[in-house]
Amino acid sequence: MLLASVKKLRSFGIIGMNQRNFGLISRYNPRHLYPLVDDKLKTKLLAQKAGITVPKLLGTVQYQHDVRLLKEVLRPYDQFVIKPVKGSGGKGILVITEHDHNLYFKPSGDAMQLEDIERHVSDILSGLHSLGGKPDTVMIESLIQLDPVFSDFSYEGIPDIRIIVLRGYPIMSMLRLTTHASDGKANLHQGAVGVGIDIATGRALHAVQYGESVTQHPDTRKTFAELIVPHWDKLLQLAAACYEMTGLGYLGADLVLDRDQGPMIIELNARPGLAIQVANRAGLAPRVAVIEAIKTVDPDVTARVAFSKQQFAFDSDVHPPRLLRTRSDDV
Amino acid sequence: MFAKLRLYSVVFLLLAFGIGLTLYKHFALGFPLSPDDKKSLWTIEARIDFVARGDPVIVSFALPPQTPSVVFMEEDFASSDYGFSEMTSPAGRRAQWSKRTASGPQTAYYRLSMYEIDRLAHPPVAADLPPEPEKPEFDEVLKTAATTLLDQVRSRSANTETFTRELITTLNSKAPSQNLSLLINEQSTEDYKTHLIINLLALEGISARIVRGLYLEDGRRRQSLSNFVEVYIGNEWLLFNQNTGKSGKPKKFLIWQRGDQSLLDVVGGKNSQISFSIIRNVYSTRDLVVHDQMNKQADTIDFSIYSLPIEQQNAFKMILLLPIGALIVVIMRLLIGIRTSGTFMPILIALALIQTTLLTGILIFLTVVGTGLLIRSYLSRLNLLFVARISAVIIVVIVIMASISIISNKLGIDQAITVTFFPMIILSWTIERMSVLWEEDGPREVFIQGGGSLLTAVIAYIFMTNRTIEYLTFNFPELMLVNLALILILGQYTGYRLSELYRFHALERRNVAGKR
Repeated sequence: MLLASVKKLRSFGIIGMNQRNFGLISRYNPRHLYPLVDDKLKTKLLAQKAGITVPKLLGTVQYQHDVRLLKEVLRPYDQFVIKPVKGSGGKGILVITEHDHNLYFKPSGDAMQLEDIERHVSDILSGLHSLGGKPDTVMIESLIQLDPVFSDFSYEGIPDIRIIVLRGYPIMSMLRLTTHASDGKANLHQGAVGVGIDIATGRALHAVQYGESVTQHPDTRKTFAELIVPHWDKLLQLAAACYEMTGLGYLGADLVLDRDQGPMIIELNARPGLAIQVANRAGLAPRVAVIEAIKTVDPDVTARVAFSKQQFAFDSDVHPPRLLRTRSDDV
Repeated sequence: MFAKLRLYSVVFLLLAFGIGLTLYKHFALGFPLSPDDKKSLWTIEARIDFVARGDPVIVSFALPPQTPSVVFMEEDFASSDYGFSEMTSPAGRRAQWSKRTASGPQTAYYRLSMYEIDRLAHPPVAADLPPEPEKPEFDEVLKTAATTLLDQVRSRSANTETFTRELITTLNSKAPSQNLSLLINEQSTEDYKTHLIINLLALEGISARIVRGLYLEDGRRRQSLSNFVEVYIGNEWLLFNQNTGKSGKPKKFLIWQRGDQSLLDVVGGKNSQISFSIIRNVYSTRDLVVHDQMNKQADTIDFSIYSLPIEQQNAFKMILLLPIGALIVVIMRLLIGIRTSGTFMPILIALALIQTTLLTGILIFLTVVGTGLLIRSYLSRLNLLFVARISAVIIVVIVIMASISIISNKLGIDQAITVTFFPMIILSWTIERMSVLWEEDGPREVFIQGGGSLLTAVIAYIFMTNRTIEYLTFNFPELMLVNLALILILGQYTGYRLSELYRFHALERRNVAGKR
């Protein structure tokens, strides 16, 4: 069947775009708070104030004539990431992993001239990647170092962990693994693999690429069944703390594990997408209902995480995780 | 909950107002709901001929009364060198031509353009009770015949209406009885017959009057008025055909004069004659109604688009179609879930398609965007700043458009000249966005979004060029409120989009498996 039946999707609690825009985003996210997360510099300052680890800021470029200074700014660093401050959906992010005199190398090994980087920076400044084409600022961040846990599960990039937080409670999470197809970006519709992660344990539940189930990483051929995200409690607590930090009732926190500095927040999203439901093979609606039933939000982050872990634990008795079964189980 | 209630009441108000106004315009002002609705416009010309005797001349001519079931478009009075005035009296309108001296054959014309409307025609309510009819004087012999006849008719009827009908059919019977032939025979004129009926009814104590009217038939000349009898029954006057006894006003019949006044009086002339000629023209009902309402200065029309100059009206014709396009975009995005590049770009493409026609338009669009993308990919290697680059793309687009126009003109393909109808800035933005999309998300996304935009534009085009929709949006702008109400309701839709049923279809399989 090419189309799912509405009745079934509804019974699984799948939330559609209209429902998300109407029931979650416009309900829980006051518009005036958007700049806090749409502007990554603001988010970074906010997080630092809250004592949350973020990637180190190496420099910013705000004006076109400063682009000439780029060479000087970049000189001390071998590895860095160039990002638009108001970019969305991972657009305009340039990762440089090697720097050799005048040549800059992307994770894929492609070389870039300084002029290429300067043009990229100019594009960002003129608002090519920002929402609504508004003039933007460029930020240069330190590169996150791949945690060895993920070395078998990612290709030419850093995987990130998306955790959906509703009223401060983590309700669903997914790990986004970079692939060759995604050009080292953790972006699902560019071909990254989305792996649903059990809120209670950090264990992989199910994985999809291009909306279709996969059991192993397309490049490294490693099966996901044995994948468990380390520092899981810490990650959940960081995500949950973003509620107090921003005031957004429905947000998607993007976190990474750095080899040296551990869990850190790289980005917050006030309009997180719905692909996470496909990766988890579960709908958001039942979990939203559980959180909406809570009368007062517990101010203690640890207590909220504990509540979520207990509520949203994957019940392997009812639905055996697909990854544990062989292909022949499929109908 | 309160917000929902408020929204629904707004929606309800909009719907009620929009539909109500539409129905009012349709039923009360006669605006047809279909563009193909046609009406016959009758042009009636009355020609008055007489021979003047060289004395002062006064010609007085009865004019048809205005009734709710006919609309007079235009009235013309023509006669050379005559003074003219129109007079209104309780007995009806009269035209009066006058001249100090005239001799020889004279002619006066009265021309009327009118059309009938299907509005529920109320029979004319009598202003007050007509006086008890005077008992007419009959010869002794005739009186006996009349009473016998009336007795017969009375016994065969139940009320005034049936009495009148029975009386008329009896008078018209093919084999008249002895009695009847005394009263009426083959040689009796129409006027005699009418007055006989009125007199007989008067004997019976029933008020009746003569009505003269004209049968409307195309291309007729030298027509004269036909006599009808109008009888006071209950509180209203009922019209009877004096030859058949049928009641009610026939279709295509114009009542010219009520009551026994003369149709034409000529002072200072002789051998006066009237003849009518009739011509029928077919017009769109909408044109007739608009014309008529403009003349009457009806408020709803006076403050409407019709009061604008034609040029602006044409602009509005286009503008009023935009909400239809917006509705299509809302449906495509919220219900179907089609991704388009730019929210309302499809409407602009659709507007351009209207000017260029569908196939030519799509071909031109694809050519311009395709060529633009190629050149844009070269521009990106030139290391330009963003604003400069998009400006360069605009110029490139203009060059492409000019080349298409010139080349197609040389090749003799006229349609391609319409390329100028495409908004250049929109095309440039499309090209710029598509090329960024291509670089970032690959050609697949470009085809998805480009195809989505084009599909939406074509669907919007199909709706916006529909004759009926075009007609309704322009002539019933209040339907825009209905459109607005629909969009408000769609804005509340939180169900799945069609595309999501596909997106999440993999999920369905798992749960089937999981339940096993």
